[in-house]
Amino acid sequence: MSIKIKEGKFKERVTDEMKNDFMRKAVSGAQDSLGNRRLLSTDKLGDWESWRTAGNEIRKHTIDNLTHYLTMLSEQISAKGGHVYFAETDEDARNYIKDVVKKKNAKKIVKSKSMVTEEIGLNAALEEIDCEVIETDLGEYILQVDDHDPPSHIVAPALHKKKEQIRDVFIEKLGYDKTEDPGELAKHSRKMLREKFLNAEVGITGCNFAVAETGTICIVTNEGNARMVTTIPKTQITVMGMERLVPSLEDLDIMVSLLTRAAVGQPISSYVTLLNGPKAEEEVDGPEDLHVVIVDNGRSKILGTEFQDILNCIRCGACLNVCPVYRHIGGHSYGSIYPGPVGAVLTPLLDGYDDHKDLPYASTLCGACTDVCPVKIPLHDLLLKHRQEIVEQGGRAPMSEKLLMKAFGFGASSGGLYESGTKIATVSLKMLLRNKETISNGPGMMKEWTNSKEFPTPKTSRFRDWMSKHESEKKHDER
Amino acid sequence: MRVTLFSTCLVDLFYTNVGISTVELLEKLGCEVDYPKGQICCGQPAYNSGYKKDSKNAMKQLIKTFDDAEYVVTPSGSCALMLREYGHIFADDEKWADRSKRLSDKTYELTEFIVNVLGIDSIPSTLEGKAVFHTSCHMTRLLGVKEEPKLLLSNVDKLEMKPLANAHNCCGFGGTFSVKMGDISSEMVQEKTRSIKEANVDYVIGADCGCLMNIGGRLKREKETVEVLHIAEVLNREMGV
Repeated sequence: MSIKIKEGKFKERVTDEMKNDFMRKAVSGAQDSLGNRRLLSTDKLGDWESWRTAGNEIRKHTIDNLTHYLTMLSEQISAKGGHVYFAETDEDARNYIKDVVKKKNAKKIVKSKSMVTEEIGLNAALEEIDCEVIETDLGEYILQVDDHDPPSHIVAPALHKKKEQIRDVFIEKLGYDKTEDPGELAKHSRKMLREKFLNAEVGITGCNFAVAETGTICIVTNEGNARMVTTIPKTQITVMGMERLVPSLEDLDIMVSLLTRAAVGQPISSYVTLLNGPKAEEEVDGPEDLHVVIVDNGRSKILGTEFQDILNCIRCGACLNVCPVYRHIGGHSYGSIYPGPVGAVLTPLLDGYDDHKDLPYASTLCGACTDVCPVKIPLHDLLLKHRQEIVEQGGRAPMSEKLLMKAFGFGASSGGLYESGTKIATVSLKMLLRNKETISNGPGMMKEWTNSKEFPTPKTSRFRDWMSKHESEKKHDER
Repeated sequence: MRVTLFSTCLVDLFYTNVGISTVELLEKLGCEVDYPKGQICCGQPAYNSGYKKDSKNAMKQLIKTFDDAEYVVTPSGSCALMLREYGHIFADDEKWADRSKRLSDKTYELTEFIVNVLGIDSIPSTLEGKAVFHTSCHMTRLLGVKEEPKLLLSNVDKLEMKPLANAHNCCGFGGTFSVKMGDISSEMVQEKTRSIKEANVDYVIGADCGCLMNIGGRLKREKETVEVLHIAEVLNREMGV
């Protein structure tokens, strides 16, 4: 798997996905319940807006000084005995990790949840060198067992699956013989995973935040699986996007407070794990060998552009949880490992417009994403900037639309043209429509509207015609 | 007080009654309404589709048209927002920066103007029945006009306002989104009309003709009898009529 998870056209994927009633109910239900929980948890924190401002300032400061903090982080991790590798591309990251694994002669690998490892297609690369790679986050585990079904949400990857589907997959692939009860399903997964943890030679984790001043890796989970991944195997490899760091532990406190509330409405998750280097002599557990792989893979190209704010993202998924478009089309429609508003902004930046140029248009620009973002990324503005980029720099807009907009630019350049144009249009349309109140079956693009809605017919007499009469009547009255 | 009306193209061509109600309402509240004929579209359809360069022609035309206005008032949260953006859009354009910012600063959505500039929160008007208010996204989130329309509606005689489930969710209009992504837009508006039907009301009231055209168009297709009204039409209904 890499950033791109599905072939085909965006609209075709949307048509398919929107037929999936279960997925749609699951997504809208999750949006509604997570929305309520988020509001409750943020209210309890006090003035949420000032927390968001603090979060924005920390992220902005970090990204503005990224080289400085990355150097600091790297020095701190090295000083503790860990190894740091900067991977410019996804391939560099895969090769480095494969080398580490090969040198250890390791075949058994456990992983905790990590979006960036999915972005760089790590699992497939490790499977190619005959490693068994087991996802230990329950959602990711379910997807992996189900023939590597891609995640549809960055925090709740298996959101699109119902428990009956999971039961059937477990029966087929894992010799499961119980019911669809989530408790029983989880218990079985736990049993299967426990054995994998105990025998694993390498543990691979993501990274919610790395703390530059202390070289600390912070991992936030609700299942405790990241603790197993980072205590049992002798070798730990942590993979992080190059933007995923904060300057200090004080900053980390604020970011975690924002993250768990924005993501799932929890004041804190069940486990917040802080890891400080490989196992020291006096310590009883932890990896003997620690590698931190810092992945660029297109991120540094975003620095200094008008899209830089997207690097502030902390992957909480709150924008997915409020997006009215995601609500109906679900995560797989986006065709990217990063769905929803954040994905629609980030995917074309990391993977180009060619395969993803529809994504910035999959938004009404309603601003719900911008409003909810705990670090105040102006997501809807960035979607609009993508559209400008596509139209004005990339020349990728459809010709018919370009001509229409050119005509708009020309027609709108003078009040006189608008005046005569709309006058003719209203009269001729009215004649054509034979005084019907609405249009039920429109031509061309209008069909997209009239497929499900009536379109109003223009009035024969425009408002401005009434206004002229009204103004002269007023003048008359004054005389 | 002299007020310059920006009618918006949807009102000019489709919803003339909203324009008439806006004028009559402002006059009743003691304003003298001026209507420069040079006004055209605010440029939003092109701008939000990514055609920044092409949309600037429309914007410049409006900046020129409203140069002499003291207040520009419009019965649309979305178009008001577009005018408010002009200052940012032309910030680096020496020739237009000041003029565009002046227009942004003096532009108001209708209910925002009535409550915050005129200082009026109750207008003698009557509408008998139950209604829900559709909070349009641009007006509520981006322009930040949230309480003003609700305050004015709460003082309309005989009108009972009911809550609307998932009121914060977009109705699926989104300008050109509604024709570029028609299938998604259709699902969104159907969820909205379901919520409206569940609220069991006589009216849907809104402050943006784009959303009302979308919601109204779907209700009509569903042959629903819920009446769709712009807030200017409600506030302009005479007391006791």
